[in-house]
Amino acid sequence: MELLKIEHIEKYYGSRSSLTKAVDDISFNVNNGEFVAIMGASGSGKTTLLNCISTIDKVTAGHIYLEDRDITKLKGKQLNTFRRDNLGFIFQDFNLLDTLTAYENIALALSIKKVPAKEIASKVNAAAEKLGITEVLNKYPYQMSGGQKQRVASARAIITEPKLILADEPTGALDSKSAKMLLTCLSVLNTEQDATIMMVTHDSFSASYAQRVIFIKDGKIFSEINKGDQSRKEFFNKIIDVITLLGGDVSDAV
Amino acid sequence: MLFKLSLSNIKKSLRDYAVYFFTILIGVSVFYIFNSLDSQTAFITAASDSRSIIELMITIMNILSVFVAVVLGLLLVYANRFLMKRRSKEFAVYMMLGMSKGQITSILVVETVIIGMTSLITGLICGIGLSQLTSALVGNMFEADMSKYSFTVSTSAIIKTIIYFGIMYLIVMIFNALTLGKTKLINLLQFGKRSEKTKMKNPVLCIIVFIIGVCGLAYAYHSIDRIFDHKLNFLAVLIAIGSICTFLIFWSVSGMLLRLIMSMKKTYFAGLNSFTFRQLSSKINTMVMSMTVICLMLFVTICMISSAFSIRNSMNSTLNTNCPADIQIACDIDAKEENAYHLTDYCESKGFDISKYTKELCILTTYHDINFKTATFAANEDDSSMLKSLSDNPEELVPLSKYNELMRLYGKKEETLEKDQFILCCDYSQIKASRDHILSQNKKIDLFGSELTSKYDMCDSEGFIILSSQHINFGFFVVPDELIEKNIDKAYISSEYITGKYGTKNKNECKKIHEKLRDDYNKNIYPYNDDFFVMYNSKVDIANSTVGLAVLVTFIGLYVGLVFLIACGAVLSLKELSESADSITRYDMLRKIGVEEKDISRSLFAQTGLFFALPMVLAVIHSIFGMRFSKMILQSMGADTMLSSAWMTSCILLAIYGGYFIITYLCSKNIIRSNK
Repeated sequence: MELLKIEHIEKYYGSRSSLTKAVDDISFNVNNGEFVAIMGASGSGKTTLLNCISTIDKVTAGHIYLEDRDITKLKGKQLNTFRRDNLGFIFQDFNLLDTLTAYENIALALSIKKVPAKEIASKVNAAAEKLGITEVLNKYPYQMSGGQKQRVASARAIITEPKLILADEPTGALDSKSAKMLLTCLSVLNTEQDATIMMVTHDSFSASYAQRVIFIKDGKIFSEINKGDQSRKEFFNKIIDVITLLGGDVSDAV
Repeated sequence: MLFKLSLSNIKKSLRDYAVYFFTILIGVSVFYIFNSLDSQTAFITAASDSRSIIELMITIMNILSVFVAVVLGLLLVYANRFLMKRRSKEFAVYMMLGMSKGQITSILVVETVIIGMTSLITGLICGIGLSQLTSALVGNMFEADMSKYSFTVSTSAIIKTIIYFGIMYLIVMIFNALTLGKTKLINLLQFGKRSEKTKMKNPVLCIIVFIIGVCGLAYAYHSIDRIFDHKLNFLAVLIAIGSICTFLIFWSVSGMLLRLIMSMKKTYFAGLNSFTFRQLSSKINTMVMSMTVICLMLFVTICMISSAFSIRNSMNSTLNTNCPADIQIACDIDAKEENAYHLTDYCESKGFDISKYTKELCILTTYHDINFKTATFAANEDDSSMLKSLSDNPEELVPLSKYNELMRLYGKKEETLEKDQFILCCDYSQIKASRDHILSQNKKIDLFGSELTSKYDMCDSEGFIILSSQHINFGFFVVPDELIEKNIDKAYISSEYITGKYGTKNKNECKKIHEKLRDDYNKNIYPYNDDFFVMYNSKVDIANSTVGLAVLVTFIGLYVGLVFLIACGAVLSLKELSESADSITRYDMLRKIGVEEKDISRSLFAQTGLFFALPMVLAVIHSIFGMRFSKMILQSMGADTMLSSAWMTSCILLAIYGGYFIITYLCSKNIIRSNK
């Protein structure tokens, strides 16, 4: 079933004299329960695309539908409520509140949705167990490793059972071991919980955990590959092939 | 080049500078207003007859100004440190570009000079404008003659303000240079990156400390009511206990508050509460000392302002009740009837005829029994009683018929007595208390060998003889006429009073008659010779000195109170603003995970509100007890209305402190909104 439908969206920056087309007529669909990765070099427009989908930024033209609701038409207050009720975020720099413990950070996502305090504890503990962070729940962000922080952020993103989880370079600030652990967690969430995940990355290794990879170059879709029945290793090699085709500047990020 | 950079820096960080600028502006205007008081025409006419009080006031203002300058100077350094912190990234960039510390310092100097000049000039303009308002206010407050009112600018006050603030800026500049000289590039770069470590204090220790603090305060509050039973340096001990306990309470509350809320799971995990209280608690945790100082300053402010108003109110109102006649001359005779040289005879011999000026006149002679002294009356009191200090004086006796004649003149209640009764009149509160105490135990006295019983169970506080601005009647006995007549050979004449009314209500006419009378008096009676000391009291003189004294006290109270209030508001405001700026990313994150703007505003409002309320709540509790103490002191000075002054005080507090709160909230809201 189609969850997210993106129709001819465009995003321009600057004035008429010096126009930058960050996103230039992109259309694609994401189905329920899919794990999609969006790849591209720096400046290719992938983060702009994610920001448009997450309603943090506004599109210049085109429409984005989440379950037949046009989110480009949302305004002011509706935006925050929409994000709160439908989306889960995982950021490169974790975006945890440094004044709160891991537990409180995760609980915050629920308490702002006015979930009763009784239900919060069981939900937080369940999510923490799934992501293997039970033992750090009472620690503050500065007491945790990067991988732990990112898994706390992931727990916060999934705990509200959002329709779509958006991850912006989630492994960007992690060492390879932590990155691997996080990506495994994400794919487990995807397969076991049927969570729909959209991940922006320039790292082919991260992208190989997805089921589908969309490549973007200069604001346009360059190509798209499906994992299908291939093993992760084979899929990874295929991604590398496309990157080679795409041009040198992404490969240096591998 | 550097100048250009400085200028653009100021433009860029205008928002950060707003509170700084605002604080200096108010500081400068308040400083100017109070130092320019001597040149305010309205003020001078208000008390033209009491030049000496104005001089006293100017001296006190000069001393206070130094104190105020120190407070404002510290505030300036604090505000400046806040600005420096905010800009550490910027300085780091300069240093990385290879700018020397000297060059950065000179940028800062230029900035300080620009900001300083602008705020000084604006502040002075505001001050000059406001001082006109103040003189109108003074006139209104003290019923001064406003006919000579004109626009005045005090050059001396301007020069003084410029010099004082110039020195303050100089200190700030030196301070900047020193801080900058010490900092390392790495610290500047990493500033703000350090994550907030929330230190959790030991809860048991917190509770113990809290209990100690509360007990200490309770003890101090309890003792302050009985302060007059102790030596005066006990007051210093109490103040020290109070201050330390205030610190202990803030220390423990900062540790406990969070735990307390956290234990209430339902509240803590509702909406943004967890975030709100974490923010608040980290703020309080880093500010325990400042909070204590702010709380104590607010306490002093509240007491000062309300006492000032209270004195003003009561002085205006007691003047009319305590000064119901226009003129009184009196002298001590202290001789038996046959040897007495009467005041009337003395005046006649000098050619001074008071009846020329008055419509109504009452001549009162009082007596005493040399065997009936205050010590006799207070024989059973312990030594701490204030009565003992008067013990050697024989008590003054007033014949009933004469007393009633005077009361008729004063428009007060007349009395009747049986032949073995007396009435004790006294209204000076501390002495009255002792006298009441004696009467409650023993209503009988012995005069000239006959026993008399008090008509009432306590002193009569309505009756008095001497015209005054306050309740200062130490006590006299109204006795039946027959008692004096029978014992006239034993009785001494104590004093004689000639009291008169001009018979006109018109102020100007009163003044005219008064001036003529005084000229006559000064020519004929004063300077005293013949060892005959005549006491001279007039309503016009009393009114003038009262106004002078009231102005003095009110203005000192307002001056110090206002400066303290500004300082407290500014410190809290700066802290809150810097916290908000540091928390921009946190709020952005909250928005990203979908918190509604309304909830964010509410959280910010709660944070700011609680942050401002905390020191205020304790200060108000302190003040309730502190004011009981000032009330006791004020009562001894004759003031007793505290309620209306409490009103005025709350209005001023609400206006300035509340103003700071609202400005802070709005600015913080703006700060956290700015970054998209």
